[in-house]
Amino acid sequence: MEKALKKWFPVFVLPTFAAFIIGFIWPFIQGLYLSLCRFTTVKNAKFVGLENYIKAITDSTFGDSFWFTVSFAVVSTIVINVLAFSVALALTRNIRGTNVFRTVFFMPNLIGGIVLGYIWQILFNCVLSSLGEPLLSLNTTAGYWGLIILMAWQQVGYMMIIYVAGLQNVPPELVEAAEIDGANPLQTLFKVKLPMVMPSITICLFLTITNSFKLFDQNLALTAGEPAHATEMLALNIYNTFYARSGPQWKGIGQAKAVIFFVLVVCIALSQLRATRSKEVQQ
Amino acid sequence: MKKALAILLALIMVFGLVGCGGGSGDAETETGSVYFLNFKPEQDQQWKDLAAAYTEATGVEVTVVTAASGEYETTLMAEMGKDEAPTLFQVNGPNGLKNWVDYCYDLSGSEIYSHLNSDDYILKNEAGEVSAISYVIESYGIITNKTLLAEAGYSVEDITSFADLKAVAEDITARSAELGFSAFSSAGMDSSSDWRFKTHLANLPIWAEYQANGINTTTEIKDEYLDNYRAMWDLYINNGTCAPAELSAKTGDDSRNEFLAGEAVFFQNGSWEYGNLVGEGKFAEEDLTMIPIYIGYGDEANQGLCTGTENYWCVNKEASEADIEATLAFINYCVTDAAETMASSLGFVIPYDTAAESSNMFVKLDGEMLAAGKKPVSWNFTTMPSEEWKNGVGTALTAYAADQTDANWDAVVKAFVEGWATEYALLAE
Repeated sequence: MEKALKKWFPVFVLPTFAAFIIGFIWPFIQGLYLSLCRFTTVKNAKFVGLENYIKAITDSTFGDSFWFTVSFAVVSTIVINVLAFSVALALTRNIRGTNVFRTVFFMPNLIGGIVLGYIWQILFNCVLSSLGEPLLSLNTTAGYWGLIILMAWQQVGYMMIIYVAGLQNVPPELVEAAEIDGANPLQTLFKVKLPMVMPSITICLFLTITNSFKLFDQNLALTAGEPAHATEMLALNIYNTFYARSGPQWKGIGQAKAVIFFVLVVCIALSQLRATRSKEVQQ
Repeated sequence: MKKALAILLALIMVFGLVGCGGGSGDAETETGSVYFLNFKPEQDQQWKDLAAAYTEATGVEVTVVTAASGEYETTLMAEMGKDEAPTLFQVNGPNGLKNWVDYCYDLSGSEIYSHLNSDDYILKNEAGEVSAISYVIESYGIITNKTLLAEAGYSVEDITSFADLKAVAEDITARSAELGFSAFSSAGMDSSSDWRFKTHLANLPIWAEYQANGINTTTEIKDEYLDNYRAMWDLYINNGTCAPAELSAKTGDDSRNEFLAGEAVFFQNGSWEYGNLVGEGKFAEEDLTMIPIYIGYGDEANQGLCTGTENYWCVNKEASEADIEATLAFINYCVTDAAETMASSLGFVIPYDTAAESSNMFVKLDGEMLAAGKKPVSWNFTTMPSEEWKNGVGTALTAYAADQTDANWDAVVKAFVEGWATEYALLAE
């Protein structure tokens, strides 16, 4: 069996591998090259060296959107995971209708980001209007919290499913042993259940952090970066640099921003993975 | 041996995949073909019909692809990167041309250029070649519901200056509860509507400044006529159908629907709205008219509509020789043999000596005003430095509408004047 696998694996791997190269590796390399060029269409690019990177880093809107993204990512990651874990705890207690609730909480995930963004925009504007506050497109604070509420609403259900799976895998004998030893429910939660679901936490944190950094659709639909780029996150900033500005120099700058963005997301995600992996325990 | 076979099989699969991609025929290279990337979604079908008629008459294949609203630039970029790139595409003015000037075929020797009425309707590159040529002239102003205006006790003849318009609008607002309608439809600042104010209305102070200084473009705009701009904007937002603070979320459809429902007398928009306003279940032509946007500058009694173009054709010079020839023949056909279709089915006024009379009442109105000696306002927003500039002005206008303080207006002025200089400096890089 082993031998046959070794012999035949190229047949099964190569098509996918080729697709991976054509669809991912090659465009990625081309993207790296284009970030060093001045171009309008990808076929017609002129090499200009690091100029684009200098302009990208010195662009103040890029820095602003970076800090906006960071503050969004921190708050939304905490909010989403705390809520998702609480809901998962509640829904692993064998209360009636658990499956219905799980489905209901999961459903927002099935709606596209753009649609959600517009629906929530209407909702928020109605609330703001009746409160006499400036509407979303003039209100940075509302835009920020609006994005967090929207993302939490959408993602809590998904993360909940992962946490539910994790909690169901906690061996009941461990919980029982803890109870017999006199641990109260809070102690059981923090000393037994939490360490046992660390793998789920690793995954959920990874997903929420990277999702927060890469957020685009919801940002575009809910606030479109208004007012005056104040709620523009990194991905939207890159998109706007690339498409909303006229002149061939902007494409390269947008491309350079995208490369910086990629490196950033990879670094953050990897360090998070390393940090939470080290806390995982073996059963 | 088996390993070698495995690799061989895998390679076959890979090349099989690649093979599927290529290998289309080159049958059309002799005669050439046309691929037009159309900018106007509302006229997609009419263009396709015209293309089909052309193919039937000449045998030359014409493909018309229409970009989704607001997606022209992204679609064009993607399409231009392909092997089968558009042979005919559009730019919206001098600053739009900057992205694509390296792809524009020189039209100075073309037949279509020989039919053009005036060099006002072309764009040149730095070497002085004709890079882009306009194919339609449009007008905008304040579309007026004459029936409602009469109900309020006025007629369009009463309005020949900004002061008149202000008096009428404010009188209607004062009596709006009794009349049951407002003066202006909502000046929505949602992205579907904000171009009416950050671009089209902003054209007027720019036009006034260019007129006063005898120039037609500048890298450093001043604030000479921004007080007029403010006065006009105040008039729109404080005499509208909704509270000024609500404007940030109002859309273009909201505004049009209010006007269609008879909730407002005035609606700032252009000749392209004809199809949306006139017809079955909508207005009859005699209900409507369009008056100039007065901002209190110059000889207002003789001011005409804002008339110009932001639709320019460019021929892709990277296309094959035969395709370029086919494209040039096609656009020439559009303005000569198909001039009738352009006027009736597309409703265009084309700036060529072959033009037929358009069926669009606003376009006809513009012609009548011109004949009566009124001086049209040119479209100077094509000299606005960038979308970024427009967005900056738009955001500031929205903020000012919600809270009409001098400080907020200063922010508009800052976005207008300083933003202009900053964006032009960036363009020069």
